[in-house]
Amino acid sequence: MEALAPTTRLEHGPNLRQRLAAKGFDAVTLLVVPAAIFSLLLFVYPFAFGFILSFEPKNGGWLANYQRFFSDSYLYDTIANTLWLSIPVTLLNLLLAVPISFRVRLMRRQRLLTTILVLPITLGTVLVAEGLLNYLGPQGWFNRTLMTFGLIDQPLRLVHNYWGVFASLLITGFPFTFLLTLSYVTGIDPALEQAAATLGASAWQRFLHIYLPLLMPGFAITFCLSFVQAFSVFPSAVLLGEPAGSTRVISIAAYQAAFEEYDYSMASAVAMIMGFVQLGIVVLVLASRGLFYRGPASGAKG
Amino acid sequence: MIRDTTLGAKLWAVAVWSLVGFFILNLLAMIATVVTSSFATRWLGTWLPLGWTTRWYSSAWNEFQLWDILIVTFQVVGLVVVISGVLGVTAAYALARRDFAGKRLLVLLFLLPLLIPPITFGIPLATVLYQTGLAGTFWGVVVANLVPTVPFVILVMIPFIEQIDPKIEAAARVFGANTFKLFVHVLLPLLLPGILAALLLVLVRTIAMFELTFLVAGPTSQTLVVALYYAVFAAGVRAVQSIDAMAVVYMATTLVWLIIALRFVNPTQIVTRAKQQPAH
Repeated sequence: MEALAPTTRLEHGPNLRQRLAAKGFDAVTLLVVPAAIFSLLLFVYPFAFGFILSFEPKNGGWLANYQRFFSDSYLYDTIANTLWLSIPVTLLNLLLAVPISFRVRLMRRQRLLTTILVLPITLGTVLVAEGLLNYLGPQGWFNRTLMTFGLIDQPLRLVHNYWGVFASLLITGFPFTFLLTLSYVTGIDPALEQAAATLGASAWQRFLHIYLPLLMPGFAITFCLSFVQAFSVFPSAVLLGEPAGSTRVISIAAYQAAFEEYDYSMASAVAMIMGFVQLGIVVLVLASRGLFYRGPASGAKG
Repeated sequence: MIRDTTLGAKLWAVAVWSLVGFFILNLLAMIATVVTSSFATRWLGTWLPLGWTTRWYSSAWNEFQLWDILIVTFQVVGLVVVISGVLGVTAAYALARRDFAGKRLLVLLFLLPLLIPPITFGIPLATVLYQTGLAGTFWGVVVANLVPTVPFVILVMIPFIEQIDPKIEAAARVFGANTFKLFVHVLLPLLLPGILAALLLVLVRTIAMFELTFLVAGPTSQTLVVALYYAVFAAGVRAVQSIDAMAVVYMATTLVWLIIALRFVNPTQIVTRAKQQPAH
């Protein structure tokens, strides 16, 4: 039997196993299967399930959930509320992150700063919300300091409204945006800027004509990632905002549908709408990216 | 490096650094507020509390059953770290070493759970888990937390594996090592720094993962961060200082692991894959 095997193989050419291996499928490739099945079962399947479930409402036709969402101002206003929070915060974060990362890129020891900035991300939104409740409250250190310096007479109302959520999104969102921006800014070959400086370009000209066009794709991705984080704000909108009023964001509507009304069909519909709005903004931003330079900028050593 | 010495450039630098300083000052003051309040006897309308005490820690410990919550938290986190390590490293090895049809699609499949915020996919996921009866249980929390961590390990490990010379593996094969021996004696020692870094990042992220745990946890499967949320949500039922004491326990748990993690990884890696710094 063993002696026969080579001759039969010669007659029939490479067997199935060899042909698959030539295309990259062999025992090693199979190692990816458990993780792929896991992702399909727990990520793709729930999404597909939720999508179909959203068209099977408790009562009414197949579009009843979406009709209810877009006819009830208590529900459709959540989109505007969420956008009104997330877009200004994301723009402000990006606007602050750009000049700061341009400054930090020149630092030799960035580690201490990045460590401090990574604190609010690792502590998470719940702790930041709890801390800000005290810190920004009418008796907190923030208002107290402003009053001591005579900048205000009355404590500012900074919690349980729009500004509380805004502050929490700034504290957790800025480090995220900054660290992403920094990794893009440091990825650009400094020789490009040095060449421009040699030719007499001022700092502003170097930024406008060298860095900005090269960084635009990176900024677009940073904006998208920071935006989807801010758009899905949940714990701080409940704890620091007015969850029944100006900071009733879309994730609160989805949560209430699922865990207060126990209407999973409606909750899935809200989650799908949330996903589509995020996707819409991301596609819009990334489509405008095509208007800018795309190509190598990191240099051989970068 | 280009040095600007004009007045405008100096003013600009001062403005940027004061912005950074202002941000860090507020951040640290916010954390200090929580810590101060947790040791305060009575703190109303003054800069500092009237007196200091540690009794809020014992009352928080008893009221919130922190011991049980801490045990659940570490069990969840431990299982998530081990399972995502096993699933993630094996998949990353296949993706790093083989080129096959559909590989790009597969990488996209692993990228999506990291790009889409947890609350967006958490609600459909919770719905499915409630239908299978897994939600509300300990394993439901573990499974939900694995959804973003398995892809995270895969994407962190792929570049680590790619940098190992395949000739080393070929040599081990020539000397008759089977796949298991190859993995244990050759790959594992070489990959250990990478695996350690990836798993520590998973650990820090899982302790702080609120949304997914919140959506699927039952009364006995809450982790520390979810318990903290409920405590703040029901503020007024318990003393503020007691909640703050719990927040300090949570902070300590997270920060210990963050400090350990930072010995092995760059802080930037918690947000993004670190890039090499250019030489100045």
